[in-house]
Amino acid sequence: MIATKFFEQFGRYLLFLRSSFRKPDKWRMFWKAFFTEVYKMGNDSFAIVSIISTFIGAVAVIQFGSQLQGSLVPMTILGRIVRDANILEFSPTITALVMAGKIGSNIASEIGTMKVSEQIDALEIMGVNAASYVALPKIMAALFAIPALITYSMLLSNVGGAISCFFSGIVSVDVYVQGLRMDFDGFFITHALTKAVVSAFLIATISSYNGYRTEGGALEVGSASTMAVVQSCIAIIFFDYILTQLMLYK
Amino acid sequence: MIELKNICKSFNGRLVLDNVNAAFKKGKCSFVIGASGGGKSVLMKCMVGLLEPDSGIIDFDGRDFLRLDYYQKKELRQEIGMLFQGGALFDSLSVEDNVAFPLRMFTNMNKSEVLDRVNFCLNRVKLENVNHLFPSNISGGMKKRVGIARAIAMNPKYLFCDEPNSGLDPLTSRVIDELIVEITEEYDITTIVNSHDIKSVFDMGDHIVFIYKGQSLWEGHKSDLRHSGNESLAKFIAASEF
Repeated sequence: MIATKFFEQFGRYLLFLRSSFRKPDKWRMFWKAFFTEVYKMGNDSFAIVSIISTFIGAVAVIQFGSQLQGSLVPMTILGRIVRDANILEFSPTITALVMAGKIGSNIASEIGTMKVSEQIDALEIMGVNAASYVALPKIMAALFAIPALITYSMLLSNVGGAISCFFSGIVSVDVYVQGLRMDFDGFFITHALTKAVVSAFLIATISSYNGYRTEGGALEVGSASTMAVVQSCIAIIFFDYILTQLMLYK
Repeated sequence: MIELKNICKSFNGRLVLDNVNAAFKKGKCSFVIGASGGGKSVLMKCMVGLLEPDSGIIDFDGRDFLRLDYYQKKELRQEIGMLFQGGALFDSLSVEDNVAFPLRMFTNMNKSEVLDRVNFCLNRVKLENVNHLFPSNISGGMKKRVGIARAIAMNPKYLFCDEPNSGLDPLTSRVIDELIVEITEEYDITTIVNSHDIKSVFDMGDHIVFIYKGQSLWEGHKSDLRHSGNESLAKFIAASEF
């Protein structure tokens, strides 16, 4: 029963993707909507990503630093551990989960409200491909804005680590920076950005789908928004595991 | 002219439209009347392509809507204007942008041509100096008028109105009714109105279709409405007038 329901929903999701990824009716209107969405997603999420990223790095320094204290391991390793943890896991995953809550719920409620107030029907009747018109600019904007925010988060979380070193005195900032520059593997960035792009796609498409299938009123819009966040978070974690297994395990 | 032949539609095995037949003539204001839950809205959704009937023919001047391909349907839809119950204006766009939307989407008009057409349509529905207001800043009656302006922007051949008077005071209802009749005659279009406002039916209706429990029980001119001989229709009229 649950499996049938899952495959039914998954099938509907694929059909929604097929109708969303159609050539826009008017490119000029698509680009206008795309840039508006990129600005909205980036600008509105900038502050929350800044705060979260700084504290991720700061807390990571304290957590790892407390475990290294008193051991024979040189403390320069702290910077390296924090850097790799931030780049490989903390920034891409935590930022994506936060974006699922912020951008995902926003997309679902916006499209859901358009659906229940018959705005989507109005588009369909005019002959506009409504799924493509409302969802495609958001999906493409998310594919651009979320990886950019995650890249910014990777940078800022390491800065947060340095701030934490300065205030906590676990190691000096110089030793921490020395660790940050130690044995850097560029592939970690490729891995992080792959996760960022996949997460962005999942957030935008799952949220758009949940918004688009909303029927009823304000209550259903709220439910769709919640469902979008829950499903996006589960999908992000699941694909985080799959991608890590595929890309890092040799 | 729009012709419906043997339209059937069911949801989860429950028959909502049962062999509905009707014909709506060009230049006339046709009404689909009936009690709530009788199938009027489902019928209208089938006609405009929001729902697909299980069987039957929906013929738009010789074009069977259900047999058209994606692009032919898209083309036909550009000939359709629709006035929704709640207006269905785009919240994020101003009144001007709402009316301009189909023009920008489907025509190659330049900015000044679009603006001229928008102002013409807004003036036609007796709205002035509202171009830069947003749907949340205007009244229900104004929303309906903007909805009509948007519906006529592309010079439609077919106009569908879903409960155009719902939620309006009698005076505003009258204004909306008159606008719909004027536009139908002026542009010589096929207009179909879903309503259970019997006063509007007698004021504006040229041709009436009565839907009862998913079936088209009676079709004719408003002058014959009171002498239809149909018991369900007589009850509906009596209850509405009471």
